[in-house]
Amino acid sequence: MPNKKLWYFIFTMPLFLVFLIVVLVPFLIGIYYSFINWGGIDGTPKVFVGFDNYTALLQDKRFLASSWNTIKFTIFALVSVNLLGLVFALLVTSGLKTSNLVRTLLFMPNLIGGLILGYIWRFIFTDGGNQIGLLTGLDNIFFNWLIDPNYALIALVVVFTWQMAGYTMVIYIAGIQGISDEVMEAAKVDGANIWHRMTKIVFPLLMPSFTICLFLTLSGAFKIYDVNLSLTNGGPIHHTELFAMNVFNEIFGYGNYGLGQAKAILFFIIIAVVTITQVIITKRREVQM
Amino acid sequence: MSKTKNGILSLLIVIISLVFLSPIYIVIVNSFKTRAELYENVLSLPGTFSFEYYITAIKKMNFLVALGNSLYVTIVTVIFVIVLASMTAWMLVRRDNVMSKIIFFLFVATMLIPFQTLMMPLMQVMDWIRTHLHLPVLNTHGGLIFMNIGFHAGMAVFLYHGFIKSIPVALEEAAVLDGCSTLGVFWKIVFPLLKSISVTVAILDVIASWNDYLLPSLVLSEKGLRTIQLSTFYFFGEFTIVWNQAMAGLTLTIIPIVIFYAIAQKYIIKGIAAGAVK
Repeated sequence: MPNKKLWYFIFTMPLFLVFLIVVLVPFLIGIYYSFINWGGIDGTPKVFVGFDNYTALLQDKRFLASSWNTIKFTIFALVSVNLLGLVFALLVTSGLKTSNLVRTLLFMPNLIGGLILGYIWRFIFTDGGNQIGLLTGLDNIFFNWLIDPNYALIALVVVFTWQMAGYTMVIYIAGIQGISDEVMEAAKVDGANIWHRMTKIVFPLLMPSFTICLFLTLSGAFKIYDVNLSLTNGGPIHHTELFAMNVFNEIFGYGNYGLGQAKAILFFIIIAVVTITQVIITKRREVQM
Repeated sequence: MSKTKNGILSLLIVIISLVFLSPIYIVIVNSFKTRAELYENVLSLPGTFSFEYYITAIKKMNFLVALGNSLYVTIVTVIFVIVLASMTAWMLVRRDNVMSKIIFFLFVATMLIPFQTLMMPLMQVMDWIRTHLHLPVLNTHGGLIFMNIGFHAGMAVFLYHGFIKSIPVALEEAAVLDGCSTLGVFWKIVFPLLKSISVTVAILDVIASWNDYLLPSLVLSEKGLRTIQLSTFYFFGEFTIVWNQAMAGLTLTIIPIVIFYAIAQKYIIKGIAAGAVK
């Protein structure tokens, strides 16, 4: 028997210990840090301030603006990523000869890291935007979007969509392929047109895919950092400094470790609450065949 | 659908997807252009093919070293994650006691925690380990790999756990009766059965580890240790951007990804779908 226990520990403990040190302990220490005031320098006192950091962040105008921008960004991104991903998936599964090639091409951007994607698009918005404006004369629509607060946020949505549409497409394709041909044929025989087949059969049966895709885009959009850094770096001024970047800058930029960590904890709570609520809501709408 | 209609539609969606990929085209063509050409028209093909900017970009980014660093960190991380997570998940499934339930819950529940919530305290913990236990966890590849393993553990254990539950235990029991040790049962019988989920875990981990910027940026400060993401960041930060050089640099960073995609395309799309659906 002790032998059996020993094997249990040999198999599970190496990974669990690493996980403990890298994830669990920092998480718990992080909660403690959110209640102190500290400049991040070794040897300087860490002053316990209770909930002061949490009340301070509610009065932090830059933080509130950043939260609002993150919400706007997330809503736009959620819609555009899933709409495009679904359209792509329907195109790929419509029985065309080139389906596999198309799926391969459309998924490609997802493999490129966010940092590099941001740099690619920075060039396109900066130079491409200007040139299209000059060529077409529509220079009030096509210009360097990154220097305008509103358009810069849209630019972020564009890049995020480019990155994530192929990803959601792959998940929607798996969902669509799971719908049996018999059901579709039967509906056709019964005289259901394409609109009815979509809204009455495909979409309800795709609810599990919606659950996953919405979850992935929601948490991905909320946590966006790399693209934000390389595309706009929060600019112009602080107009596109989204949540994750605000947390990073507060801690490592301004050196407010306590306040920054309080923001980080709040960040976690918001993500957990929002994504769990979303999963519960969409799960409830899933139907069984 | 008639044959010609199918043909036309097929061609049309190929064109749509090529337009979708035009940013990559723009990066590549402009990496060959002179500055004058580039400012004239970003979409045109280059007049002359010169690899001049590539040579400069390779030098400035220290590209070959960065490529080696990225490969090393990614490969070692993935090997460790696969070995450790499959072992852990197998034990957690086969010894379904309270302890296993708690451990599994911790692995899964923490998957929602964003990196920004952990980064600062994590650096404090690592700094403590470095000064008190004298282990080189900061500014080393080993330290980065260690932290990568910790961050990827939850997802990997979760995927293996779900897969192992569907494998019948009878085969393992027979092997035990034949006198096979626990380690033997796992490596000779269970691990080979896990091949398809291992491929999924490997692909998800390769992508996550290869593309990660924030964690390496906090851990590695020495120039020679930089991964591709880091060297790209510093390349764009240190100089006022010379766009044709920058495009050459970006093309270089995309090449390894395209090669990886070309080799493992089938597994990648399957793995992504499987990983997400679970």
